[in-house]
Amino acid sequence: MKSVRNAWPLTLAAALLSSVSCASSMSGGSAVDGVRPVSPPPIATAASTTDPRVGLKAGLTDAGVAARNIRLVSHSPKSNIFEGDGGPRGLTYANSDLAFAGNFVYQGNFSGFQIWDIANPAAPVLRKAVLCATGQGDPSIYGNLLFLSSESTGNRTDCGTGGVADRVSPDRMVGVRIYDITDKANPRKVVDVQTCRGSHTHTLVPDPTDRSIVYVYVAGSAGVRPGEELAGCVDAPIDSANTSRFRVEVIRVPLAHPEEAKIVSYARIFNDLAAAHAHGIAPGDSGAPARAPRANPAGGPPAPRTGPNQCHDITVYPAIGYAAGACGGYGLLLDIRDPVNPKRLQAVGDTNFAFWHSATFNNDGTKLLFTDEWGGGTQPKCRFDDPIDWGGDAIFTLQNGHLTQGAYFKMPAAQSKQENCVAHNGSLVPVPGRDIMVQGWYQGGIDVIDFTDANHPYEIAYFDRGPVDSTKMVTAGYWAGYWYNGHIVASEMARGLDVFELVPSEYLSQNEIDAAKLVHFDTFNPQMQPKVMWPAAFPVVRSYLDQLVRGQGLASSRTSAIAAQLTAAEQASGAARRSALTTLAGQLDADVAGARDGARVQAMAAAVRDLANAPM
Amino acid sequence: MSTALGLRALFLVTAGAASVAAQTPLAVRVGSPRYTAADVQFMQGMIGHHAQAVVMATMAPTHGASAQVALFARKIINSQNDEIELMQGWLRDRGEGAPDPKDPHAGMDMSMPGHEMLMPGMLTAEQLAALDSARGVDFDRLFLTGMIQHHQGALTMVATLFDSPGAGQTPEIFGFATGVDADQRAEIARMQAMLATITRSTSK
Repeated sequence: MKSVRNAWPLTLAAALLSSVSCASSMSGGSAVDGVRPVSPPPIATAASTTDPRVGLKAGLTDAGVAARNIRLVSHSPKSNIFEGDGGPRGLTYANSDLAFAGNFVYQGNFSGFQIWDIANPAAPVLRKAVLCATGQGDPSIYGNLLFLSSESTGNRTDCGTGGVADRVSPDRMVGVRIYDITDKANPRKVVDVQTCRGSHTHTLVPDPTDRSIVYVYVAGSAGVRPGEELAGCVDAPIDSANTSRFRVEVIRVPLAHPEEAKIVSYARIFNDLAAAHAHGIAPGDSGAPARAPRANPAGGPPAPRTGPNQCHDITVYPAIGYAAGACGGYGLLLDIRDPVNPKRLQAVGDTNFAFWHSATFNNDGTKLLFTDEWGGGTQPKCRFDDPIDWGGDAIFTLQNGHLTQGAYFKMPAAQSKQENCVAHNGSLVPVPGRDIMVQGWYQGGIDVIDFTDANHPYEIAYFDRGPVDSTKMVTAGYWAGYWYNGHIVASEMARGLDVFELVPSEYLSQNEIDAAKLVHFDTFNPQMQPKVMWPAAFPVVRSYLDQLVRGQGLASSRTSAIAAQLTAAEQASGAARRSALTTLAGQLDADVAGARDGARVQAMAAAVRDLANAPM
Repeated sequence: MSTALGLRALFLVTAGAASVAAQTPLAVRVGSPRYTAADVQFMQGMIGHHAQAVVMATMAPTHGASAQVALFARKIINSQNDEIELMQGWLRDRGEGAPDPKDPHAGMDMSMPGHEMLMPGMLTAEQLAALDSARGVDFDRLFLTGMIQHHQGALTMVATLFDSPGAGQTPEIFGFATGVDADQRAEIARMQAMLATITRSTSK
């Protein structure tokens, strides 16, 4: 593998310099130092034309870079087996989504997958690249099993590249491929689970009681295969009990016998769906279920109801029993407590949203961020004249199983027409007390945003390169950026794998970054959201304190005093520390009533109490 | 999945053996999946098809469209113009003819010389003239019924593509065609809802 640390010599150095200057003004160890009261920036009303991300130099390997409050730790080009044959660059060998387990990153590709070892995030090592056409190859990992979405109708059971000539063929493989990756150097295909519409994306769902079982929700957007090719496939309207549209397939996988994986149910989550209404108004299917209107154009027979008939992506949050389905014209809230039979609780629509693409819950399960992949990801939807409320995120609050729409967020720097750009995949950055997310925007770069206030999301950090080509659109950019065990790992469709580190700024302190880095997952599949729990630690307590200072949620005389008490407690040990912290927790309890942000003071008191009770 | 907590991950240090074994020599790389004549016809035909949608949507601001229909029309113009560029780029990159959307033959099925037919769902000259002469709520109604017809034609074109042996299998064509299918189905549903609103409000 060619050394990659030289790929962006000047710009990387510039990013390093700017991050160092930020860091030196912020890192002080103790809370409050360097953290100042600050209001979030206003919500953008149009794409900025003066942002540093505007007008970056084009180039596949030498593009210009703009970075703010983030540092590129490493860049690794994709395996050369995905370089293609010199023909037009496009989706054929594009990287796609990521899954994580231990030190390994599983990176999907439209033509297979790669296994990266990121034990040293500054120098990832490519352990294996497997060629097997997928389109689009979204991966998930569970134990030693790797799941890979396969959708393009030319995909073959033998992983050959010639396509499938016949309309009905035993050679076609669209569905979910399952590999055993116990031996990273030799992944072994265990089984192909064939589905009627392939698998554009999929989502793992653990069985709530039986740890030997995992389920797979399949979202496929291909046409329905002929029944002669796969028994039971029927292209029929929603009224049909057996239609292969208007449903989510549920695969049951016995972990000890993955070869026995099979479809066990078809969830009809689109039945009785009311029409999506204008912005801000949820369709009224939470009360009396309204039938979809049947238009009667020109006095002819009723037009067939055409959509939605599939989800694009489903994010499950097993700890709270909900899933969010991003399903074409709708965002759906699902009850998954019985994972074999997910049930729709609510559907939301929005005329500004072209295509409901993916979703992320906040950690409390009180907010839900949906993305609008307007243009499908291959179009330049972040130009100056593209509306700021089209092709971005919409944030909803979630209370008692009901969604209410808040504000939009869209990557705010005007991009060129050579850059495909729209909201895409991301995950939470686990900062206690805040809802922060990192997200890919294709050639719009990656963005780290705060959406704690559903009505006022704002940007904290970004990284963006210029377009691949200055003369025409070449599909590339960040499929996703995900937080994994202390770093942001991002999949670049054309360029490879990037690892980043967050750098403190006025909107994010070193304590908050340190607290996020305390969270560790053995496995992370972004579409299966884990519940984050923070250990008892000083950075967690100081995160709350920094937030109280930044947002002026508690009198400055009190925050200064608390900071001093924390410093003293940290320097003490044993019973003295325990006593100091217990005293502080009691004082914080008393602060709650008079504080502007009492809830945050209360959360800090709990974190202090955890620390007091922690083994020392 | 485990959510075990702890201080920073204790990464195993195995990276010392920097691996080059995972790279494959150039000589054994394989060719890209092939595209077919049906793929080319689909892209060429869809350019003219999209161009007509843009013509229809461009009328909205001057024909008294409601705010809701005007907003929808604005999105159609943006989306379908970009897709026309994408289709032209795909064709040019492969040395195939890329129709000019302003060419009156764009949107014609030229496979049977002397019997040129409009691509599925496209409005006839008479339908377009009727739309152009309508104003206000009449425009909204004709626009929505016409665009639903037009979009349903696009779904037919996608279905025809995938029914052609070997067609629609390269990731670019597969992704674009399934995207057209998904996007336009969502838009048809939205238009049906808007149409139902008009029908309700005008029948009171």
